Amino acid sequence: MSLLNSIFLLPLIAALVLVLIPGNYRFVIRSIALLATLASAVQAVRLFLAFDPAMSGYQFQESAPWAPVLGIQYRAGVDGVNLGLVLMGAIVLFAATCVSREITRRDKEYYILLLLMGGGILGAFVSLDLVFFYVLHELALVPTFILMGVWGHGEKKTYATYQITLYLSLGALVALAGLLALYLQLPPAERTFDLVRITSHFEAAVMPAATQRAIFPLLLFGFGILVSLWPFHTWAPLGYGSAPTAAAMLHAGVIKKFGLYGLIRVALPVLPEGAKAWMPVLAWLCLGNIVYCGWVAMRQRRFDLLLGNSSVAHVGFAFLGIASLSLVGVTGTVLVMVAHGFLAALLFGLAGHLRQQRGEVDMTALGGLAKPMPFFSLALVMGLFAGCGLPGFANFPGELLVMFGAWQELRWFVVAAAWGGLVIGALYALRAIRQILHGPVTRSDTEPRDIRGWWRKLPFAALLACLLIFGVQPQHLVGPAQDAVAGILKCRPPEIKKPAAPNKAVWPPASTRRNRP
Amino acid sequence: MNLSLISLELAVVALGVIVLLMDLAAPREWRPASGWLAMLGLVGVLGWSVWGGLPADGTAFGGMVVADGITRFFHRFFLVTGVLVLWLAAVHHDDAGSGAAEYQVLTLFSLAGMMLAAAAGHFAVLFVALELITVPFYVLTSFQRHRPASLEAGAKYLVLGALSSAVLVYGIALVYGATGTMAFDRLTSLTPPLTGNPLLTAGLLMVLGGLCFKIAAVPFQFWAPDVYQGAPVPTLAFLAVGSKAAGFALLLRLATGALPALALQAQTLLLVLAGATILYGNLCAVRQPNFKRMIGYAGIASAGYLLMGFATLNRAGVAAMLFYLGAYVFTLLAILAVFGVVARAAGLEETQSLAGLGQRSPLLAAGLTLGMVSLAGVPPLAGFLGKFMLIKAVIEQGATNAAFYWIAGIAIVGVVVSVYYCFAVIRTVYWPAEAEDLSPLAAGRWSRLLVVVCSCLVLALGVFPGPLLNWIAESLRALTPA
Repeated sequence: MSLLNSIFLLPLIAALVLVLIPGNYRFVIRSIALLATLASAVQAVRLFLAFDPAMSGYQFQESAPWAPVLGIQYRAGVDGVNLGLVLMGAIVLFAATCVSREITRRDKEYYILLLLMGGGILGAFVSLDLVFFYVLHELALVPTFILMGVWGHGEKKTYATYQITLYLSLGALVALAGLLALYLQLPPAERTFDLVRITSHFEAAVMPAATQRAIFPLLLFGFGILVSLWPFHTWAPLGYGSAPTAAAMLHAGVIKKFGLYGLIRVALPVLPEGAKAWMPVLAWLCLGNIVYCGWVAMRQRRFDLLLGNSSVAHVGFAFLGIASLSLVGVTGTVLVMVAHGFLAALLFGLAGHLRQQRGEVDMTALGGLAKPMPFFSLALVMGLFAGCGLPGFANFPGELLVMFGAWQELRWFVVAAAWGGLVIGALYALRAIRQILHGPVTRSDTEPRDIRGWWRKLPFAALLACLLIFGVQPQHLVGPAQDAVAGILKCRPPEIKKPAAPNKAVWPPASTRRNRP
Repeated sequence: MNLSLISLELAVVALGVIVLLMDLAAPREWRPASGWLAMLGLVGVLGWSVWGGLPADGTAFGGMVVADGITRFFHRFFLVTGVLVLWLAAVHHDDAGSGAAEYQVLTLFSLAGMMLAAAAGHFAVLFVALELITVPFYVLTSFQRHRPASLEAGAKYLVLGALSSAVLVYGIALVYGATGTMAFDRLTSLTPPLTGNPLLTAGLLMVLGGLCFKIAAVPFQFWAPDVYQGAPVPTLAFLAVGSKAAGFALLLRLATGALPALALQAQTLLLVLAGATILYGNLCAVRQPNFKRMIGYAGIASAGYLLMGFATLNRAGVAAMLFYLGAYVFTLLAILAVFGVVARAAGLEETQSLAGLGQRSPLLAAGLTLGMVSLAGVPPLAGFLGKFMLIKAVIEQGATNAAFYWIAGIAIVGVVVSVYYCFAVIRTVYWPAEAEDLSPLAAGRWSRLLVVVCSCLVLALGVFPGPLLNWIAESLRALTPA
């Protein structure tokens, strides 16, 4: 099994192995799940380190025939756009498996479903064939439904479960119609679902602008629903609030990025004219995400609903970067996707710990937890600060790049977004910190316990470390992403003069640009 | 007279006669084995059809019987369906009460009719095949004589089936009156000057109506939920898969063999029927408390999807239809094999009887989940690929007729609705609103094996569709509109 395949096949194979293990071997089941996801994360790190930023195009390519009659084959590879996503996805999957300790009943089914979900989405991120790309993402649909239903919580659990399932299947099907429409634009003799060949075909023979404008909304709204684009976002906050911790981490952190990734990977390179025509619409809608959902987040009393809404608000930045259609903006989106994946997983994981300790997440009923729960509080404060774009965390360079990229074309949108994302974001983040961590300790029957032991701290520490690493050294993501995005937008990466001092707006510094002519 | 082209049909009929005679002659204690005998016999016929070196393409009886790739596909498809249905019947043989052997014999005779339908090259054969399918079904439907619902279903099917046969025969008579022939190959050469003939058009519309009754398409679908609800579980499976597929086999024979030009003219009509069928079936299936009735409505929706593929009248659409059918048989059998066990244990046929199955029997729950997910058309299972191919074929035709885009939209809406009701079953299985009985559910070894076989095939056809796709492409090589 090659490095790339092993990243997503290890969880899937582990899921199959778990099917054969009797349900009462709980320790064995959990160990297998942990080992498989850890191995997958290690492989993802190895992939990230082995990636050569000086090379253009896809690396670690894999292919195998699948259904030649239908023009479908297995093809996979990574470039700067999905490199970070694969790393983030594998680490979040491992973290989600770690925090699944809270699950105390029907573990076997739980871990099988969790591994299917995680393995599927990792596979979707590396697939370069439209059908595999789609199918591997959809692998998460049924597990999400059952995970939320059986292990979820809250009195609106069933409603939220149906809502998320129906919304996601609708979005996926609309996107599928768009993907099929793309496929059918190829001349009959050359029809294939191979994304690389589709892209190169349409680079040579550009599709008529009217056709592009007709197909683009299918992809925009199809993928948009999957990423909770305003006004199709209502499934997200309630869904994440009702899901078990690991499912919320995986979904908000990783699976939701699929739609954004699809827009960047499929829609932008193949339908440049369509993108130009529809970007004003996207720019307005993403303001809905950033400002409106930020506003809604401010009014939440439940911490998990606050996180859900703020996560919807954050993807607005990613949309804004795409809407700018500029090299800097789309590169920023790639960074925001990775950063927000780590962040959402961290915060939902913390919310899960909070619920486990206090039995509720209503912020007005909480308070004074900083003293009894120091590690939890540290992680929470850092996470919430990262969310409001504090420098030093990976979100900051991402959001900054997005704003720089969008400034040229969408000046007022940037102003609104900065206000919405940074001011409103800071407001609800600070208020959450005050209400949960500060003030008098609320009385309860049980003493709140911190996250104790290094193995329990590990998932949170790993996620925080990633946020910090990519916050301080974003060029490891930005360098490769910039080259890939330049290929997608068909513009040349800017020739960067060696800056006098490292500046976050100019990537990558000369020291990281190995072997570049 | 070239009997070799109908040797498979003859073999199935002979098997039926053997089972019947065995029931008369064999000692009483051997009788329960007749179900397994019938099933293994069919497995033998299936093996013969694959490796027996049967004659390749050709016609017999003056063109009344045709053998080509489509015939071979449907022959094997019906044999597989027959094997699975008899397996299901064998594990449920005590449901039938007395006369289990008659149940198997009638199933075999009906199966022979389906296989003959796949080879029909003449309106007379078409009619004979249809009657051979339908008449045993009147009995199979009402086999549980102690259940009023079963008797009611049989009576309904008898009355409406007879009506539809009458319409069909009338249509055939009109076609004959207009053209002077009933042979498909001669109609092909006659048709061009007759396209505007009102008599022919009326006749063909009536034939279409008769066939729509078979496949349970709107507006001839009313019998399906009632009959499905009353029929015994194996009959329901056979009716939903075999009888429906036979209707489509005949439609294909008619459209490709007899009247390609006229069929193309009827494309919009077919699309309207398909759209209405998809919407009706899916919307009515929502919130059906009776599981078999819900399957009935889901079956109507499936007929709509298949009709949509048929309406393209090209190779991609027909290939998609055949793949969908191949996926459908395993999907439905997986679902019904589980439901049969649960319903018998609970003594009730509401979806509620499945409550808590996830804890009562994880294996059956997993099989049912795979089946329902495939029925809804969610990746990576076989049902998804079937719907994917159908929608792809339909969008491909959008350039010729904008109605195809609409039907693709309707199909997508239909899938979302079906996700709702199919996932509602999964919900009942894993986290029911109220579950009284969580005691472990015992299922026989052969029932479990049937569930495992069907659900593994549902998964396998979704993950490794290559062989089936290649075989379908092979079967359709001779199909005229590419």
